[in-house]
Amino acid sequence: MDKKEADKELLAIDSGDMFQPYRWSVGKYGSKFLLELKENKKLFGVKCPKCGRVYVPPRKVCGRCFVAMYEFVPVSDEGEIVVCAIIEFGFVDPETGKQRPVPYGYVFVKLDGADTALPHFLDSADPEKVKVGARVKAVFEENRKGSIMDIKHFTLI
Amino acid sequence: MGKRVAIVGFGQTYQRSSRKDVNGVELINEAVQTALKDAGLTINDIDAVVIGNMDHFEGINYVDMWSVEGSGAVMKPIIKVTTGGTTGTTVAMCAYYHVASGLFDRVLAIGWEKNSESDTTGAIITAFHPVWERPNLGGAIAGLAVEASKYMHNYKITERDGARVAVRERLHALNNPYAHLHQEWMKGMKVEQIVDMLVGSEQNQVLAYPLRMSDMCPRTDGAAAAIFASEDVAEKLAPIPAWVHATANRHNYVYLGDLDWNVNETLRDSSRKVFKKAGIKEPLKQIDVCELYLPYSYAGLKWMEDIGFCGPGQGPKLVWDGITDMDGEMPVNPSGGVMSSNPIGATGLIRVGEAALQIMRKAGTRQVQKDVNFAFATGFGGCSWADVMLLGKNKPA
Ligand SMILES: [Zn+2]
Repeated sequence: MDKKEADKELLAIDSGDMFQPYRWSVGKYGSKFLLELKENKKLFGVKCPKCGRVYVPPRKVCGRCFVAMYEFVPVSDEGEIVVCAIIEFGFVDPETGKQRPVPYGYVFVKLDGADTALPHFLDSADPEKVKVGARVKAVFEENRKGSIMDIKHFTLI
Repeated sequence: MGKRVAIVGFGQTYQRSSRKDVNGVELINEAVQTALKDAGLTINDIDAVVIGNMDHFEGINYVDMWSVEGSGAVMKPIIKVTTGGTTGTTVAMCAYYHVASGLFDRVLAIGWEKNSESDTTGAIITAFHPVWERPNLGGAIAGLAVEASKYMHNYKITERDGARVAVRERLHALNNPYAHLHQEWMKGMKVEQIVDMLVGSEQNQVLAYPLRMSDMCPRTDGAAAAIFASEDVAEKLAPIPAWVHATANRHNYVYLGDLDWNVNETLRDSSRKVFKKAGIKEPLKQIDVCELYLPYSYAGLKWMEDIGFCGPGQGPKLVWDGITDMDGEMPVNPSGGVMSSNPIGATGLIRVGEAALQIMRKAGTRQVQKDVNFAFATGFGGCSWADVMLLGKNKPA
């Protein structure tokens, strides 16, 4: 029996479509951030009292200083691309079970006033324009649901 | 100060795209049997087992439980560790800690993965934060592509520089019967010629600009096992044991957006830590061979700088000068590395095992043609955390 024939006798059992829903807590700071985004299209970070870093999305502890953070500071809906890629290969999004539409610009945006970057979609897949250092602005969804996807995507300024 | 510890045996399966002829238990057993044979031991000689993979890649949890008949851990102490891409190096570290503690003399470390059983990109996305990161992440390829964008921007790195690394890895893999990718067409061609072909070929599809197919690691089915032994027994078990001189790991972020993409800080600091412990001041001169977890081409440039083999932006020169080729001053990845085989949960352990083989002079057709006093192995997870392990021919002081 050659290899191909032998392979026909080797079974692999498909799982079929599976669905395992979760319910993730985002905490007080995460909730406040998502509600502000939903209701007022405003973004904010939280500032470390020790090192001064401004974290977006906000969280309670600065890991580097290991101290609690309490000070909310507004950040802009504009910022700079710190790293980027143009995603061209097709794949199934495990969160939706559907093909993620490609190509798309994938950017990490350091919003003005923040020290960390937010990953998001960019509405361009042009390698001449999707560049480290480019300035971008958030475009908000009309119907917002309290999710990071209430920012529809970023757009080049 | 714990016991001194050495690797005295290593085994791996042939790394292949799909192993439908075996289930997980059987795949694991292949590697374990090979490692035991290599060390001249039986399963009865093993005091404890550490095993790991990425559970959600196969969608079956608790490998410590269901694999016992293959791992040999029936009625023995066994612990699962699963740390993402670094799983294989972490099982090695954990086995080392077991033996160094003095509580166990011979510990079996196992890493394995059957990537063929799920969609790797989908599985990787689910390893990231559901609320803040998953909606736009495109798997490992996206995470690595963004790192490349910054490195290329900072130092005017070209696509040819990345391709040069890919060519090295694939040429080395041709010497390694266990490697998954054997790109025979490269045989006998000049490096420059292959680089030109890779960057000029339309078939070499762009997956996530700036990364093409040739810049990425494959998806692989495979397993590996290594045996760690205490100083009380190591020299009786192996003519040249591969001594663990130092090991370290680091994490530094919650969300990908927290990272400073200018530097691989976790790899830099864990490397510095072990070099300091082992008295290594000039890594490029003092380390003889490396097995580095380089999941994509530009890591073979940037991370060389972060480890401390050269200065910032100097990675391309190091690689183009041939220093890291098989016949260079410090060969990197004689096995062909991660870009030639990537059974994720085993990948880090293969780095450690291949580094050990170089010291033990058992690497066969991929043995470097020079003395090996120090061999350095690394593991990489997500973007971007690091495990490192420094092995040496001489017993640590
Ligand atoms: Zn701080």
